[in-house]
Amino acid sequence: MPKSSSAKSVESLSYEQALKELESIVAALENEQRSLDESMALYERGQALVKRCAKILDKAELKVKQLSGETLTDFEEAE
Amino acid sequence: MQPSLFASVQWTVSALTKYIRDLLEVDVTLQDVWVQGEISNLSRPASGHIYFTLKDAGASLRCVMWRTDAARLKLPLQDGMAIEIHGKIGVYEVGGQYQLYADQIRPVGEGTLYQEFLRLKAMLEAEGLFDTERKREIPAFPKRIGIVTSSTGAALRDILTAIRRRLPLAEVILAPSPVQGEDAPPKLVEAIESLNQLKPDVILLARGGGSIEDLWAFNDERVVRAVASSEVPIICGVGHETDFTLCDFAADLRAPTPTAAAELATQTTMTELQGNLKTFDLQLTTSMQDILEEHSSALASLHDGLRFFSPSRRIQSERQRLDDVAHRFAVAQAHRLALEANQIEGFRKRLEALNPLQVLERGYAIVTRQADEKLISKIKQVKSKDEIHVRVSDGDFNATVK
Repeated sequence: MPKSSSAKSVESLSYEQALKELESIVAALENEQRSLDESMALYERGQALVKRCAKILDKAELKVKQLSGETLTDFEEAE
Repeated sequence: MQPSLFASVQWTVSALTKYIRDLLEVDVTLQDVWVQGEISNLSRPASGHIYFTLKDAGASLRCVMWRTDAARLKLPLQDGMAIEIHGKIGVYEVGGQYQLYADQIRPVGEGTLYQEFLRLKAMLEAEGLFDTERKREIPAFPKRIGIVTSSTGAALRDILTAIRRRLPLAEVILAPSPVQGEDAPPKLVEAIESLNQLKPDVILLARGGGSIEDLWAFNDERVVRAVASSEVPIICGVGHETDFTLCDFAADLRAPTPTAAAELATQTTMTELQGNLKTFDLQLTTSMQDILEEHSSALASLHDGLRFFSPSRRIQSERQRLDDVAHRFAVAQAHRLALEANQIEGFRKRLEALNPLQVLERGYAIVTRQADEKLISKIKQVKSKDEIHVRVSDGDFNATVK
């Protein structure tokens, strides 16, 4: 049963983290037996993760950084 | 030897020219030459054929390139240009000229570059740097994409446009480097190596189109080795479709252009991610519905079970059992009573049969001695003058034996 990151607030998760947890929740709901309360909690968590992922996708904006030596700085693109 | 004044004429001009022509045209070396020189007297008449003279400091050579070969020419020719020509030596009999019939023309230096290219390619190939087994899979959904190219070139603009269109979720790290000139190879190596420290999911090594010299840094042994030893998979997109560099061979994947490199690096696009998310959402809801249905049907069957085991049902059944037992008891009881009544009647009949008084009715008497009240059934039991008691059916009397 997926528990590891379920303590973390959905809003603090990256897309990959949220998607990974969502995947394991779907698998858990499909394949494992558990109490109704637990299932409902998982489902609600899953719904929140779906919303989180959708929001990240909607707002995605390419981040471009420049590596000079060993330091990363924001890269200013010429128009 | 002195020529004889009166010798007879042996040759016509045509025959002699033909002879010379044959002489030149059977020479294998002259039929396959690369020759270097400078163009002069360039002429391109309407026929489409190209005529010029190739010169160096000490000599000149007439050259022709027929229309079909001229059409394939990429290099715009002009007087004064230093070129290398491939072709065969022949004779134009009408003009009395030997000339070079050219089929390929390239700028000077390209030949030696190409030789160097082939030498290096063979060497690195023998070392196994280009082996297919070394190629790694390009991750379909990269989080971090490294780019090695010039920070001012069109290649970068093309790459960023493609990534922004397909996967803006990604993070791009540019390790800028000059892509041509003497500085380029060491800087490219440095860029590849420092990007490796940051462990992006994939590195794009790119440069826009240019002449073979412009692309030469990507044939530099140092750069090729850096590409081959990169721990992060590299997609190489240098020049145009037709340009092949040694970096293309060493990279995990070759892209025909920088844009194509960016596309190959972003196989998963936003559209697919959104589709995936929708699928997950649907799966989530479906499984929850299934679970709810499962629970509610379990509940229904529990309810049924509860009714089955409810006390009122139990009481009813106990009551029935009691009735049942009571009935069986009554039947058994009646049966036993009947049996007993029967038995008593039997006893009564047997008793009746044995009643001695009934015998008296028939005239018999019971005789006892008065003295000891013993029953007299034999003659010997009495003697004369004994007082006896006689019982008959309706009473008794005393008597004396005579």
